[in-house]
Amino acid sequence: MYVRTEKSIVKKGIVAYGSYLPTYRLNREELAAAHGVSAKGPARVVASFDEDSTTLAVEAARVALRNAPAQPESLYLASTSLVYADKTNATAVHAALAMTPEVFVADLGVSAKSAIAAIRTASITAGMALLSDVRVGRPGSKDETDGTDGAASFIFAGEEQEEFIIAELLSQSSITDEFLDRWRAPGEASSTQWEERFGLDQYGPLVKEASAQALAAAGVDQTDHVVLVSPNSAIIKQAARLVSGKISTVVPLAGYSGTADVGLALAKVLDEAGSGETILVISAADGADALLFRTTALLPTHRQAVPVMRSFVTGSDISYPKYLSWRGIISPEMPRRPEPDRPAGPPSSRASKWKFSFQGSRCNDCDFVHLPPARVCKRCGSIDKMSAMPLAKGNGQGRVSTFTVDRLAFSPSPPVINAVVDFDDGGRYTVEVADAKPADVEVGTRVELVFRTLFTAGGVSDYFWKVRVLENSLTDPEMHTETSNERTSEPV
Amino acid sequence: MSRGIRDKVAIVSMGCTNFGELWGKSADDLMIDAVTQCVDGVEGMQLDDVEAFWLGTLGTGQSGVTLSAPLGLNYKPVTRVENYCASGSEAFRNACYAVASGAYDTVMAVGVEKLKDSGFSGLMRTDAPSDGTAAELLMTAPAAFSLLDPAYCAKYGVSQKDMRDAMTHVAWKNHSNGALNPKAQYRTQASKEKIESAPLVAGRLGIFDCSGVSDGAAAALIVRVEDAYKYTDNPVFVKGLSLAAGPARGVMDPEYDYTSFPEVVHSARDAFAQAGVTDPRNQISFAEVHDCFTPTELVLMEDFGFSERGQAWKDILDGRFDLDGDMPINPDGGLKSFGHPVGASGLRMLYECWLQFRNEAGQRQLSDPRLAVTHNLGGRPGNCVSFTAVVGNELG
Repeated sequence: MYVRTEKSIVKKGIVAYGSYLPTYRLNREELAAAHGVSAKGPARVVASFDEDSTTLAVEAARVALRNAPAQPESLYLASTSLVYADKTNATAVHAALAMTPEVFVADLGVSAKSAIAAIRTASITAGMALLSDVRVGRPGSKDETDGTDGAASFIFAGEEQEEFIIAELLSQSSITDEFLDRWRAPGEASSTQWEERFGLDQYGPLVKEASAQALAAAGVDQTDHVVLVSPNSAIIKQAARLVSGKISTVVPLAGYSGTADVGLALAKVLDEAGSGETILVISAADGADALLFRTTALLPTHRQAVPVMRSFVTGSDISYPKYLSWRGIISPEMPRRPEPDRPAGPPSSRASKWKFSFQGSRCNDCDFVHLPPARVCKRCGSIDKMSAMPLAKGNGQGRVSTFTVDRLAFSPSPPVINAVVDFDDGGRYTVEVADAKPADVEVGTRVELVFRTLFTAGGVSDYFWKVRVLENSLTDPEMHTETSNERTSEPV
Repeated sequence: MSRGIRDKVAIVSMGCTNFGELWGKSADDLMIDAVTQCVDGVEGMQLDDVEAFWLGTLGTGQSGVTLSAPLGLNYKPVTRVENYCASGSEAFRNACYAVASGAYDTVMAVGVEKLKDSGFSGLMRTDAPSDGTAAELLMTAPAAFSLLDPAYCAKYGVSQKDMRDAMTHVAWKNHSNGALNPKAQYRTQASKEKIESAPLVAGRLGIFDCSGVSDGAAAALIVRVEDAYKYTDNPVFVKGLSLAAGPARGVMDPEYDYTSFPEVVHSARDAFAQAGVTDPRNQISFAEVHDCFTPTELVLMEDFGFSERGQAWKDILDGRFDLDGDMPINPDGGLKSFGHPVGASGLRMLYECWLQFRNEAGQRQLSDPRLAVTHNLGGRPGNCVSFTAVVGNELG
């Protein structure tokens, strides 16, 4: 094997990106009443009880993959709130995206700097950087009231993909420095920080220096856009003074969000920037890392479908006590039902394509779609004549054929809405409708598949799929897409 | 189709415990009580005279030892069977075949369930280790069956109010019948206002739309028809027995519309064919059907042909299926108010047939019943089994 030198390396650049913000928003009035904090301020975006850093990453990745020229060759998941230790979390993401086995995946954790590690590594391995976080804080702390649970995904160019680049990576710089700013002992729910002004004093010069180096290396005088993120909020407040952009200076959407900070901020700029504009990304986290991008002519027509700021300003309120119970900070009274069984290893492995990427089977003889997949056709009886139906890989959309509201089933956010969904690509399955109230669902409502955890038992997260009501969903029958006659399946 | 064993075997004695929250009764107690009642129903009979046993239970014990141990059986064959809520009926069906085959002369079918020891509300599931994705794991039975309501309204243009009234009438009827039944779990009438305003459980189903969770046991003694009169003057003859286990296609088939149970249609057709019933609506005197939820009973009326498609709601509101109607349904109170100790329910239904045909149903007595249907449904819409029996008090 040989090491690639600078001369033979592929041009570095982003070919596709995506972001995902959960639906729920912490009710700031209740926070103010509980802790005397200000009720004003940006929304505190919070992951639902059935979301975690893995599921958020999957949703952001799905968005990016819709615009990607090809499957990434590697995947790096960076998070300060990884679900498992000792077990790779990125493999579940890989499975949910129905990627092929030779794609290398790894977790990079567990600090904000890991986001930069993911970006830098993905940029030289034709990979996908996935930055995803669910931030929890002690009740009343800034970590609780500020911050944004969310995820962003950046796919980098591989060989012969230069023509697809929407933002070229011109240069990067890095200054490493060891000092105590923010830290968290394993098992602690929220992080601790030294006096902010100390961090400000340490980071300030590093930010300036790293920026200067990156700009100089690319021969750029002043950048058009600046993205400045840091676990230290004093630095954020000083952003414009430290390094300014001609067009915009973007800081984290709200508070500190771990690895998601740089991802969501960069996605925001990509949502809005024009062609040929430079973007200087600086992460002031245990040193300072800078990346200088320049957008291409392709960007304006290859943005993600829903800009991150549109997701940010919409959403539905969740009460503070409910939020606390979702995060396990308070433990409410449980109903008289047994705990669900932990999903078992061997069956989950055998059914991993179904469980992780909602892959069913279509009978080659009579076209009947089986969800879950089957070997014996339930309509014509043919045995082992099935083709794979990777439903989540398609548009994953469908129509509610009927539904009910289950007030008996246990849920951290009752009641449970069960919908019988007929999928555009074929097949029917009964799934929970996530992020919804009963009034949001009717017969005919358009929905799309989303990746969530059904529950956690025995320390194992039970990953599977639910549906979410599509934005601007109409119950007009004309909106119902006819099932495509075109085969979207591959032989099993 | 099956050949059937019409008029080959007969029930010659039965036992049935009270159903309810029987904190003071263990599963062993319930089995002993039901079996003893059954044996004592035949003068001079001893438990040891019974040559073979079939035991139906969903979750109250595995293996034939569950029955042979408390009864101290003398090395008799005991088969424990399970088929969801048709477990008791399944025990009966197999016991009948054992006698019809000539392998045994006297066989007892026993059903038992002790649901109230778990401390949990509702039915428990015991599933094999799985990938954690099955809809049944997290979607409750009331939620699954609640889907029948809007589907039926949509297909037949029935107003929400009429549908609600029909479901309320079913609950009201079954509670009224149960009030006349000393062995039922719930023996008080429930007003229609109370039923309709009860707290919601799933969809539009309130607590009165759902059957009770209870403990209980029942037993039936089965012999060949030619031996029946040695045991009793009034045997109950078995005319048809069927079981249909579905392919579980409905849950994944966009063409399934939640207004019928194909499994029930198949089991009814088979049992009626075996019994020579060609006009169920007029030939069946009464029926005990699986009213796990009120919309279930409504749909079953059409699946059995007791009502035309789209008309069951009207027949219900007309009182056709009331105790004093043309075809009483669940005269003993049904799952709704008799209670549903799963393994015992199928045999409890036969117990009501037994009482009715012998003029021993007290205040619930129907005049001159000839042919009856018992039915159990195990599972949920689109993924279930259905058992149907046809029994009568005359040969031929």
